Amino acid sequence: MSLLNHPSTSISSSSSAFLGRDHRRLKTRPHNVLLPAKRSWICKCVATPPAEVTAYKTKVSRNANMAKLEAGYLFPEIARRRAAHMLKYPDAQVISLGIGDTTEPIPDVITSAMSKRSDALSTIEGYSGYGAEQGEKLLRATIASTYYANLGIEEGDIFVSDGAKSDISRLQVLFGSEVTMAVQDPSYPAYVDSSVIMGQTGQYQKDVGYGNIEYMKCTPENGFFPDLSTVPRTDVIFFCSPNNPTGSAATRDQLTQLVQFAKDNGSIIVYDSAYAMYMSDDNPKSIFQIPGAKEVAIETSSFSKYAGFTGVRLGWTVVPKELQFSDGFPVAKDFNRIVCTCFNGASNIAQAGGLACLSPEGIKAMHDVIGFYKENTEIIVKTFNSLGFNVYGGKNAPYVWVHFPGQSSWDVFAEILENTHVVTTPGSGFGPGGEGFVRVSAFGHRANVLEACRRFKELYK
Amino acid sequence: MLKVLSCSSMPRSYFLQPKACLALQKDVIHMHAVTGRCTKVARNINMERLRNNYLFPEISARELEHIKKYPNAEVISLGIGDTTEPIPDLIASAMSDYARSLSTPEGYKGYGDEQGNKALRKAIAQTFYKDLAVKDTEVFVSDGSQCDISRVQMLLGSDMTIAVQDPSFPAYIDSSVIIGQAGDFQYNSGKYRNIEYMKCGPQNHFFPDLSNTLRTDIIFFCSPNNPTGHAASREQLEQLVEFAKENGSIIVYDSAYAAYITDESPRSIYEIPGAREVAIEVSSFSKSAGFTGVRLGWTVVPDELLYSNGFPVGHDFNRIICTCFNGASNIAQAGGLACLSPEGVSAMFSVVDYYKENAQILLDTFASLGLKTHGGVNAPYVWVHFPGKRSWDVFNEILGKTNIITVPGSGFGPGGEEFIRVTAFGHRETILEASTRLKSLFP
Repeated sequence: MSLLNHPSTSISSSSSAFLGRDHRRLKTRPHNVLLPAKRSWICKCVATPPAEVTAYKTKVSRNANMAKLEAGYLFPEIARRRAAHMLKYPDAQVISLGIGDTTEPIPDVITSAMSKRSDALSTIEGYSGYGAEQGEKLLRATIASTYYANLGIEEGDIFVSDGAKSDISRLQVLFGSEVTMAVQDPSYPAYVDSSVIMGQTGQYQKDVGYGNIEYMKCTPENGFFPDLSTVPRTDVIFFCSPNNPTGSAATRDQLTQLVQFAKDNGSIIVYDSAYAMYMSDDNPKSIFQIPGAKEVAIETSSFSKYAGFTGVRLGWTVVPKELQFSDGFPVAKDFNRIVCTCFNGASNIAQAGGLACLSPEGIKAMHDVIGFYKENTEIIVKTFNSLGFNVYGGKNAPYVWVHFPGQSSWDVFAEILENTHVVTTPGSGFGPGGEGFVRVSAFGHRANVLEACRRFKELYK
Repeated sequence: MLKVLSCSSMPRSYFLQPKACLALQKDVIHMHAVTGRCTKVARNINMERLRNNYLFPEISARELEHIKKYPNAEVISLGIGDTTEPIPDLIASAMSDYARSLSTPEGYKGYGDEQGNKALRKAIAQTFYKDLAVKDTEVFVSDGSQCDISRVQMLLGSDMTIAVQDPSFPAYIDSSVIIGQAGDFQYNSGKYRNIEYMKCGPQNHFFPDLSNTLRTDIIFFCSPNNPTGHAASREQLEQLVEFAKENGSIIVYDSAYAAYITDESPRSIYEIPGAREVAIEVSSFSKSAGFTGVRLGWTVVPDELLYSNGFPVGHDFNRIICTCFNGASNIAQAGGLACLSPEGVSAMFSVVDYYKENAQILLDTFASLGLKTHGGVNAPYVWVHFPGKRSWDVFNEILGKTNIITVPGSGFGPGGEEFIRVTAFGHRETILEASTRLKSLFP
């Protein structure tokens, strides 16, 4: 919805930033206002309340939950800032270590499978129409045997999707508006934002967060694992490990505590394991490695960061048959109904790619790409360490969590961007617990990562 | 020709219980409650309100049951509206090339815009909305209409009232129940309490009597219609837009079958003046490009569509897209772009014509049996009337006597009772075989 004639593809995804309430962060009112129609009577900068009385309005009330959202979704906001910066400095070589977007090509063995499937769709024998909403049988079975062997998780427990972000919202639709939820603080913004949209939360309070959400602080002081003894009961607990953005990976001991906590409280854990394959330490990769977890946890994961499928779109969610609502009704049965009604399956071509990912050759190829990004992470960690910063994460995840004590993370973000032309992500975008930190993602061509680190050294030497 | 659905389309075994086994199902659940360890999380009451499984998995289940019972029967599926003909070469090869390019440094792409690839959005605007002033920025590319409908419901929230045609595509009602708009199901009427059902039948030319329709916030309207096959006329749509304007309602217009229109019926709601201020339009590549498995569609939210407080609906929809979705598969989008090249459009219409020829064969077949048929001219569905008969009984009778799967009209709402939906998707020889068998129905 922006009128900027800019080649950057991130522009249109950044439009949400114009639409949010975040105008206090803009130093000047942007001149690239929303001009939706040729008719001149709709011409408004969204930050100002609509004053036009001649524009036709329906009598449909805006969803109050949408109004609760503070600003646009985090990553389009980052994209908008990046785009604005590129306009300001057209000759600058901007390096993006902000949005966690994969950069390296997908291994051949995987793309050729997708290419083959595409070609097959134009043949009589190879054409397929609707697939099972839960995913292709063989893919489900292979996900189960690859990631959940010996954990009692079977093909029927696996629901293939178009990615973790969509799955999170479908899980929220499943839970409904009456559940309470807890999140790590900081955390991946989709958990909180989808909760707001579903109507589970109260209003936003600056520096505190949304009402009715339990924010479980994860800081260096508590080893990035919440003190569960001080956490009130909620129905649902979102837990991401290895963590985005802090990079911390929970130990077996910690996850055992978490499962026990959920059991004691009768809660459901939604465990996001999208970065499990980045683990260097010997921590559990799946929540189901913890005994008893099948009765309290759902696990969601993704091919995005393993296979570079950020644009291809493929992930999965595990809902064990043992997981029940308080009346004994199996959660999987309702999730299946959601998947059949609100979704129509992941793209069959993407699923063919997924199957190739899980072949022996595919797994090795994914490990190689992950290894590449992990080397990037090491370079970034070493750089910030050498500059005297306290640095977290990086070992078990493609994110480096750098501490800037006493500083506003958006200010640090702006300072880094202005002085080094490197895009990062301010920690407060992930929740109040992220204030004072900046997330640097390790996805990038090696040359760009090295150059970015050189610039960091210049700035902070 | 035997068309077997993959076993994976079956939910797990206890979902297959026909209604007669509901009691057994309850015992299974009770057993879990007693012996298993439940969480203390209450089941979402909206999920409890849903009656039955979603319609199409239910049809799949019946098909599988029948195949198991009669393993030698050559079952013909004219039930679920699943495309059968291969995707045209130039479209498939565009996707094939794109997939391969993802393994090159120059060709690799990560996250795309959540709203869709800019070139594709432009192509959609130019191809389908030429002269209708729809901008590329108003087009949101998706992984299909079924997903878009639910995202629209999330956008609107639980406090909305909705109206649907009766009969209608089940996702409108089911998503409404799930999001909490619909209230309880009333067994005496077969309707959800808070939903306004706008009867569409032969008696009213398949267009609701709007003078007897209560105001609702949202009006779902599908044209050409699934399941009746009726394409609303310009005059009818003008009435609809006027009705929406008077009531301050928002129309969610499903134009997934527009490519099947034969006559002068409007292909987009935006052909009607004033529609930009009252309507969202949802559409899909599924039935025109055979993308039922590839997954690609779009939704148009005009800039002029405003909530009562003046806030643009499109801004909130964009926020939903950015938060609850992450874009359609880039490979599918490459296919979409190829679909909209001149050769692609031509190729799509060839396949559409093929299915329309199928529809004509089916229309003729049912007519020769003395049955009153509707649809089949502007849509790939034939809507056959069996006055005085229950549609599930007719479904079972047809299945039992001819091994053909159809869809009972009551699956689409109480207004579908006495009707059967027959889809025209199938290989020609299958349709001809079906036709032969059907002719033997009433010898």
